[in-house]
Amino acid sequence: MWFKSCRMTFACLNRMKIYRYPWRRLYSTSQTTVDNSEIKTFLALAHRWWDEQGVYAPLHSMNDLRVPFIRDNLLKTVAHHQSGKPLSGMKILDVGCGGGLLSEPLGRLGASVIGIDPVDENIKIAQHHKSFDPVLDKRIEYRACSLEEIVEETAETCDAVVASEVVEHVIDLETFIQCCCQVLKPGGSLFITTINKTQLSYALGIVFSEQIAGIVPKGTHTWEKFVSPEKLESILESMPSCAFTHCEILSRMVNSCQVITFRWCLVFKKNILNSCMSQSSCSHNSVPVNLIWNIGIVSIQGNGGSSKDFCK
Amino acid sequence: MLRVSTMAARLAVSRWRAAPSAAGRGPLLSCRRWSGDKADTVYDVVVSGGGLVGAAMACALGYDIHFHDKKILLLEAGPKKVWEKLPETYSNRVSSISPGSATLLSSFGAWDHICNMRYRAFRRMQVWDACSEALIMFDKDNLDDMGYIVENDVIMCALTKQLEAVSDRVTVLYRSKAVSYTWPYPFTMADSSPWVHITLGDGSTLQTKLLIGADGHNSGVRQAAGIQNVSWNYDQSAVVATLHLSEATENNVAWQRFLPSGPIALLPLSDTLSSLVWSTSHEHAAELVGMDEEKFVDTINSAFWSDANHTDFIDSASTVLQSVVGFLRPTKVSARQLPPSVARVDARSRVLFPLGLGHAAEYVRPRLALIGDAAHRVHPLAGQGVNMGFGDVSSLVHHLSAAAFNGKDLGSMSHLTGYETDRQRHNTALLAATDLLKRLYSTSAAPLVLLRTWGLQATNAVSPLKEQIMAFASK
Repeated sequence: MWFKSCRMTFACLNRMKIYRYPWRRLYSTSQTTVDNSEIKTFLALAHRWWDEQGVYAPLHSMNDLRVPFIRDNLLKTVAHHQSGKPLSGMKILDVGCGGGLLSEPLGRLGASVIGIDPVDENIKIAQHHKSFDPVLDKRIEYRACSLEEIVEETAETCDAVVASEVVEHVIDLETFIQCCCQVLKPGGSLFITTINKTQLSYALGIVFSEQIAGIVPKGTHTWEKFVSPEKLESILESMPSCAFTHCEILSRMVNSCQVITFRWCLVFKKNILNSCMSQSSCSHNSVPVNLIWNIGIVSIQGNGGSSKDFCK
Repeated sequence: MLRVSTMAARLAVSRWRAAPSAAGRGPLLSCRRWSGDKADTVYDVVVSGGGLVGAAMACALGYDIHFHDKKILLLEAGPKKVWEKLPETYSNRVSSISPGSATLLSSFGAWDHICNMRYRAFRRMQVWDACSEALIMFDKDNLDDMGYIVENDVIMCALTKQLEAVSDRVTVLYRSKAVSYTWPYPFTMADSSPWVHITLGDGSTLQTKLLIGADGHNSGVRQAAGIQNVSWNYDQSAVVATLHLSEATENNVAWQRFLPSGPIALLPLSDTLSSLVWSTSHEHAAELVGMDEEKFVDTINSAFWSDANHTDFIDSASTVLQSVVGFLRPTKVSARQLPPSVARVDARSRVLFPLGLGHAAEYVRPRLALIGDAAHRVHPLAGQGVNMGFGDVSSLVHHLSAAAFNGKDLGSMSHLTGYETDRQRHNTALLAATDLLKRLYSTSAAPLVLLRTWGLQATNAVSPLKEQIMAFASK
């Protein structure tokens, strides 16, 4: 498998005048994971990232759920941690960081974070926001680039890769996951959160949130690109280089009341999926996989690392 | 459920408003854009006001495990109070510390210092009326301490010692008074600093992610933020003094009698000493402070012992209810006891200060929280003033600690409103109850006296109710 570009894609239905935001393809490949039209939606909303009551309010409040989840699962992988900076010494790659909503809390917990996003404006906003805090300024680094560029120079250096609310905007999911695995150290953790592909997620996530209540701007999501846990599992299983064993599935349910009030909560439902155990010769890479999904979120903690030989 | 609907309503309003301002809150005053240089140090928390509550807040944060990486600053306008050794004379300003407050103080090691200095535990409290025989006796069945009487100076000394021990995380600036504040815009716009800027008297400025106002009932922070404050002055001043008892006793009972002019309380300090807190009219208070020692002592004794305000009608009415209670619950009839008699008063220990009620309409704003008397001011009749403040500290530290462990921006409204909801619920109830009691007991009109007499007797007879009251006040 070869990857020319692994940019994120963002579906768009908006009426924005396209000529205002000319966008050139940076890579002239036939196969790409980036959807140019998605980028325009996010460009228009770039200045609203840090308005906690604005269009990104659901993502701000989702931090109450995803930051403890990432933190607790990373702390399980270490014997001791420093109080006050529990994630200190860890290197985390935040793919599709947007305005830095998730990078900043992880930085405050002591981690060294690299946040990447293909939209220049998002990186500018994120950079500007962290510049006021001298501590965060040192701990977080932002780059406007694609995942593929980062893969080359950061292969097997990250303790964790976080792709939160990103995979539903990506075209070539297999390539994307493969790149994530390459960046991870052996024994590292992969965290993915996304929206499940069910009738309920269509009803609540598209019809209610976008069209009726206007909680999420119209055109942000396309139901066809939503990812179900089964699809993610099958992609993970098919990776020869990343071995996963011992899956835990945790489910988070979001009801309509919580959609309105942005109170996300975790409802646990544990199953052990034997099918996730793949017998691969990379046995030194076998690590726990945690799958979390709900009508709103699919979250996977997968530990994996890969040697370059297998991925070429 | 309440929080959900409040949050929903707030979000709904903010979405429908044109401007992205904090929904429902008053206008932000002095919202000047900060155009200065980005400073090297941004404090995570600045506590403005180094009194009992402010110092406790700084201490609690300094010792919290999730704050080990954070920078905290305490601003105090006065000088540092240091003692070579504990003075022999007792201070006339004392506080009744509830078990909940004692737990907070021991969580960061200040209670051990207090134990090594001096304090007095009390096991019972008798509260009775001057106009009738009605009384209520609070005590714990298992003879646990109900509360502790500690001098304010002793508490302050203990807090200062603990602050010194954690000076790598908590910086204390003495003789520093904030002169003005600059508040940030609701969310970061081009080049405006998102932090709160504080200008000190000497011209230097500080930046902080969260400002905690603990600067007393005339809070400068609250006024600068433009937060509305519901307040009124009682026509009363409190006279405090240190009294020597006629003879040494076990002295582990707190006494309070409601006179028509206001409540008089005797709080134990040691086997031979007690502290007086007498709330009365301004004129009477001035008279008490001015009169000579012997007359003062006689006035106190007769205030506690005299039955001059009794009327036959009320006495017989209360006897009726008392016999009913005695019939229904024969074991629960408590006889009225008299407090120990007073022999002398400490010279120069008589002081008076005015009383009032106050309550801030909002305890929090983006990057701002109010605690202690800055948020609420109460009559001393229930001994709750500083305990409410310590309760605020407990709650705010709990919320901030959880927020820090989640990597949140400390000035974010999401957890600050959690603190506000918690404390407003508790404090509003206590404030209302205290104000009601004060007004109820300020009169000698027969119908109200009858009402309160029967009410008190009935409450005294119903143990679960008394236990609820004690539990609420012990938090």
